[in-house]
Amino acid sequence: MTSSVSTARVRVERLAKSFSGIKVLDDVSFKAYGGRVLGVVGENGSGKSTTMNLLTGVLPRDGGTIFLDGQPFNPSSRRDSDAAGVAFIQQELNVFPNLSVAENLFLLHPPRRFKGLPIVSRRQMTARARELLKRVDLDVSPNALASTLSAGERQLLEIARALSSEARVFIFDEPTSSLTTRESARLFDLIRRFRQDGAAVLYISHNLEEVLELADDVMVMRDGRVTLHTESSGLSVGDLVLAMVGRPIEALFAERQQISAADRTPVLDVTDLGAPGVLRNISLRVGRGEIVGIAGLMGSGRSELARALFGLDRHQAGAVRVNGQVMPAGDVKARLSAGVAFLTEDRRHEGLMMNASVADNLALAALPMFSSSAGLRVDDRKLFEAVRELATRVNLKSGDMRTAPVRSLSGGNQQKVVLGRWLLRGPSLLILDEPTRGVDVGAKQEIYRLLTQLADSGMAILVISSELEELIGLCDRIHVMRRGELTAEFPRGRFDREALLRAAFGQAYAA
Amino acid sequence: MNTSAIVGAIGRVLKWAPAVIFIVLIATFASLSPRFLTVQNLGAILVQSSWLIVVALGINFVLLTAGVDLSVGAAMYLAAVGVCLGIPEAPVWIALLASIVVGAAFGAVNASLIVRLSLPAFIVTLATLFIGRSLGLFFSSTRIVYANREIADFGRAALWGIPMPLWVAGAAIAVSWVLLNRTALGPSIRSIGADAEGARRVGVPTKPVTWGVYALCGGFAGLGGFVSLSQTSAASGAFGQNSEFLAIAAAVLGGTSLFGGRGNLWAPVIGAILIMIVQNGLVIIDANPYAYPVITGAVIFIAALLDSIRSHLQTRLEKRAVRPAATDAAPVFNSVATRTNR
Repeated sequence: MTSSVSTARVRVERLAKSFSGIKVLDDVSFKAYGGRVLGVVGENGSGKSTTMNLLTGVLPRDGGTIFLDGQPFNPSSRRDSDAAGVAFIQQELNVFPNLSVAENLFLLHPPRRFKGLPIVSRRQMTARARELLKRVDLDVSPNALASTLSAGERQLLEIARALSSEARVFIFDEPTSSLTTRESARLFDLIRRFRQDGAAVLYISHNLEEVLELADDVMVMRDGRVTLHTESSGLSVGDLVLAMVGRPIEALFAERQQISAADRTPVLDVTDLGAPGVLRNISLRVGRGEIVGIAGLMGSGRSELARALFGLDRHQAGAVRVNGQVMPAGDVKARLSAGVAFLTEDRRHEGLMMNASVADNLALAALPMFSSSAGLRVDDRKLFEAVRELATRVNLKSGDMRTAPVRSLSGGNQQKVVLGRWLLRGPSLLILDEPTRGVDVGAKQEIYRLLTQLADSGMAILVISSELEELIGLCDRIHVMRRGELTAEFPRGRFDREALLRAAFGQAYAA
Repeated sequence: MNTSAIVGAIGRVLKWAPAVIFIVLIATFASLSPRFLTVQNLGAILVQSSWLIVVALGINFVLLTAGVDLSVGAAMYLAAVGVCLGIPEAPVWIALLASIVVGAAFGAVNASLIVRLSLPAFIVTLATLFIGRSLGLFFSSTRIVYANREIADFGRAALWGIPMPLWVAGAAIAVSWVLLNRTALGPSIRSIGADAEGARRVGVPTKPVTWGVYALCGGFAGLGGFVSLSQTSAASGAFGQNSEFLAIAAAVLGGTSLFGGRGNLWAPVIGAILIMIVQNGLVIIDANPYAYPVITGAVIFIAALLDSIRSHLQTRLEKRAVRPAATDAAPVFNSVATRTNR
């Protein structure tokens, strides 16, 4: 790749990883050099973070080899990679608010007072902490509790921790997502210093312009593979976007009949919805038989919007109307009786009883409909008939429904059980947050088919997804969300992946 | 903004709750009986507290990891039975060490079940609570066991005017202080209590630390059992019974959280003394003996309530700190600032 540096600081070959049978990384190979910054970009779920987790031993890898300065490197935990000089600044901050700044810095290897005795020297710890804090320009007392630090300050603390062991590789996983402009600028200065000192820097970010500014080399990932790995000079944001998304949509989606949004009776009608710091001025309509999508980056407020719409979180401003009826803020019960159903992104917290049978899980919501007036006796035979019919409707694949526990089903089929259970209630509005996360392609297709059918039968559907292709294939309209606001709207027919991505990443790419 | 200021203020007030309870209790009992607020009685309260201080110090480690140990009462009893029946002629220092060893071994069983088999601490220690006590009853044939002369003398002896039980409690405090504040163990324990998965990700050896914490708790319980035995000279089948709740209440009353990560060394000490003030005060004002459990229960309830409120406030405050407002802290790329370098 480059002639100036002979051996790669980090060389990764044919890395592979699956989660419960679903391949998330496939044949990932790349190199990172000392004294250079490697930018890593890709859509949500493309495998960037997983790659870094394998590289640092946070997760075990299924296959592939890693070389560090030419030597085979097999970390089994962060301890190993820290010791080898691979510093990992994770997206999820690992700062403990109940510990002091200095304790956070020296959590693993505090300076000792006496040789051979595990007694900590507080004085040395404070002094060395002060030194590290100075290196990252963080002006806080080493004895301050970490809970008193802002998100940006915590990020810098995390970087200072990486400095406490002499690192030759730095991995940043979306470090600027919680930083202010000034803090970001400080971070970039730091990264340049690391590069000057000869360290290899791997820099993951959603901010493509930022990556092109900072990185000497770029690697683009898509669906667990590396699709582009080259020097960054001469590349444009457009080139990166193309490498991130360039794949034809397979015939996963059914045809949708075109009805303009204005001709539909609105089921969900949201006006100027707001929640301080989370949502701003959200206005949105979903009509009868319409599928509306919400696209946006992780952290753009998508899930928060869904939660507010369903009443799991309280909104402060604006109004949510379902079938013309105003929904009080934070009142789930009102939504349920108005016929709203909500599929969250996490099936395990969905109320699926993992060890109970498929039939029991499906029947739970339907019990009241099949019990005698006193509610004491349930008509088993009729109930099972209904359950079986439902299972056919959602095309559920399982063993004997009466004995097979839900745990034994694949992710896709578990999702169908959840979906089926909501269907028994016959909702008029269905809100789905990441309906196909962790679901294989076959089951995805069935879920899409089912959603399309439901819409055709008159249900209003709001889908939140990180997968652009899913939204493009499924929806009649797509709203793009960014920083808690709906910033753009695209009707079907004007769907364009690049335009959608640009809207999600910000106006900077409009040119 | 206003609410967060209020929340912060309530938090600060609650921080002083143990001190407030302290003063209110002492004032109440003092006004009810002139015998309460005497140097002699206050000294007696401290000596009475010493075994509970030791046991609560042990449980404090466990609570800091967001765990729980319900079996310390059984560990106390087993240590007492072991010392009285196993080594009846042993000199007092050997007996003291032996009770620590018995307690620590018992704790190690808890630790192994919890760490190796990944069982919930609540269930494991609930089971060993019964198993331990039954084993003790089995060895003693349900008869009262008696401490030897030397041990009984130890409980009443004093060095430089300070009773031996208080010396032991002091030593336990010193050991805890070093472990919590001057070794890597302290921050490791508290990081596990705050976020076990995060601690593992960072590289804290969570399993060995957790194991050690339960063994340590057992050791402290054994030592607490020894102190109590030296004071009573004998241990019936009910020896140490319910002390797990007193010890947990002591730590929580002093400010250690049941939800993990928050608390310090002094919490169990202050809490233990508070609980003993209540028990001593009730005796001195001649309260109905049947009222004791009611009042003790109320104290435990107040401890848990205060802790719950504190933790609730804490998460509210932290939520604000961790998740910045979408508007002012969102990623904004400052291209001018970075371009200058290129």
